Amino acid sequence: MRYALRRLGFFVLTLWVALTLNFLLPRLMPGNPALAMMSKFHGELSPKALNALEILFGVNSHESLLAQYFGYLHQILTGNFGISLSEYPASVTSVIGSAIWWTLGLVGIATTLAFILGTGLGIVSAWRRGGKLDSVVPPVFVIISAIPYFWVAMVLVLIFGITLHWFPSEGGYYVTTDTPGFNLTFFQDVVNHAFLPAMALLITTIGTWILTMRNTMITTLAEDYVRMARAKGLPGWRIMLDYAARNAILPNLTGFAMSLGFVVSGAILIEYVFNYPGVGYMLLQAVSGEDYPLMQALFLLITVAVLVAILVADILTALLDPRTRTAR
Amino acid sequence: MAMPVSGVPTQAPAAQVPAGHALARVGRAFRSSRKATAGTILLAIFILVAIFPGVIAHDSPTADAYPPHLGVSAAHLLGTNAYGQDLFAQVVWGTRNVLIIAFVVGLAATGIAVLIGIAAAYLGGGWDGTLGVLTDVLLVIPLFPLLIIIAAYAHGGTTVVLIAAITLTSWSYTARQLRSQALTLRNRDFLEAARVRGERRLYIIVVEVIPTMTSLIVASFLTNALYAVLLASSLQFIGLGDPNTVSWGTTLYWAQNNAALQTGEPLWAIAPGACIALLGTAFALLNYAFDEIGNPALRPVRRSKRVRNA
Repeated sequence: MRYALRRLGFFVLTLWVALTLNFLLPRLMPGNPALAMMSKFHGELSPKALNALEILFGVNSHESLLAQYFGYLHQILTGNFGISLSEYPASVTSVIGSAIWWTLGLVGIATTLAFILGTGLGIVSAWRRGGKLDSVVPPVFVIISAIPYFWVAMVLVLIFGITLHWFPSEGGYYVTTDTPGFNLTFFQDVVNHAFLPAMALLITTIGTWILTMRNTMITTLAEDYVRMARAKGLPGWRIMLDYAARNAILPNLTGFAMSLGFVVSGAILIEYVFNYPGVGYMLLQAVSGEDYPLMQALFLLITVAVLVAILVADILTALLDPRTRTAR
Repeated sequence: MAMPVSGVPTQAPAAQVPAGHALARVGRAFRSSRKATAGTILLAIFILVAIFPGVIAHDSPTADAYPPHLGVSAAHLLGTNAYGQDLFAQVVWGTRNVLIIAFVVGLAATGIAVLIGIAAAYLGGGWDGTLGVLTDVLLVIPLFPLLIIIAAYAHGGTTVVLIAAITLTSWSYTARQLRSQALTLRNRDFLEAARVRGERRLYIIVVEVIPTMTSLIVASFLTNALYAVLLASSLQFIGLGDPNTVSWGTTLYWAQNNAALQTGEPLWAIAPGACIALLGTAFALLNYAFDEIGNPALRPVRRSKRVRNA
């Protein structure tokens, strides 16, 4: 219980730091960038929208920094992120709402697949230690961990999108010929478009799962209870799955909980390469369009997703592994 | 038994780990590692290219001197881009910017990490608590989005802005590793001996603690340098660097802006990306080598595998 409270305290603290960073960054930068943005959009905004922006970015305000800060916190905590400037007059919340499903679908499925495949490969790799799979995986992972995500995506676009024409290489669906709706054609279209970005994510993330699983599993395989199971003459697959893998999967499980939080931020570059209509692409659009309210809200969303995931992973660890509860 | 990443070389008797000894051991282990050799050669090539780009590429990387869209030829090893710039020259001259960022960020971030990690572990108590929370908070705030908004507010990052932003945000991971290793050292006999001798804290940290942690500190430098390469290139790629810098990430940015892949100029995007991957591989190989040196438990596994491979 004390453990859970401590983790919760850390969660709140980090959230506060992120909020404060969001508040301070535009104010600390030379030549307040928000001021330039405001003057650019001046005649086009309604007074109410303008007022909301003034509070968020502290422009034209004669209040002290502290008063500004509390005004800002109040506005954020009541869920008012202001108006999107690039999609005026839509609110930031509704703009994000339209993009988030694309990201959750694409990255969520790719991450889950990478987790399942990677963990499986890791189990087999550790079980047949020194075998073919085991000798190929670690060096390949060394190289892949050093390759920029976006470059893998570009190579995939080049090979499967442009040279072979197997899959479309940009967008979420054919905007000109297809209308979104719950029908089979649209569904197929979406899957087709998601294939290459999902592959890019899978290739760049699967190595971590394999390696973590393999390394933990190697440790568990050396435990006495595994030797005991062998001595009892249990079939190999039972020792592998029920004795070794079951005890070794914890780091991967909590890693999975955590990586689901990174879903939102993890795909920024891949969405950019594929012009995929998710929040990562939207963040970069907001940056280039100087849509600071949207940008701020997206950064907060990404941070909160990560923080929640870490909290869940911590609690999961405590629930699944009694040793962490008694320790400390 | 596998140890955590920050495992301490336990085979050395605790009472006698003089600094020189530890360095020599790291050096010996380094020379015998194949990963280290491959990484060193790769990195050395890139460093040479960065120092003497003019010797290798005779063209200017920025002059629009040639007809656009030239194919691969002896005169233009990678062809020219849509602006008529020689791509080989761009890739060669771009090495310098990336390496400067890698080394400056690597050194600076490792410096901060050593300072904070070791101070937290060694001073303990309230210091450890405060510095630990600071490290952890920075560790979990998503780094790349944070860098994106910093660069956005700064209206694009010149190399100096990129270096400062990446350094200030990326030291926490290695600080945490260094802290946990320093913690395991804290109650070792040779430090106790130094304390009994009446040495000052600073002396103990600089002369006794830091040399013992050499391999992990070098590994931290390599990790930070690798991240600096990937983060800076990514920022430049999405247009948040200075578009006039000659750098691999910037070349990629212009390639993406001109739809190089779609317009039959794949080398424009593939070549600088491959360079980033190769430089990253060099750092990663060296990093793994030092990991194995600092954590002997990892070594025999890979040795036996290599024998089978051969």
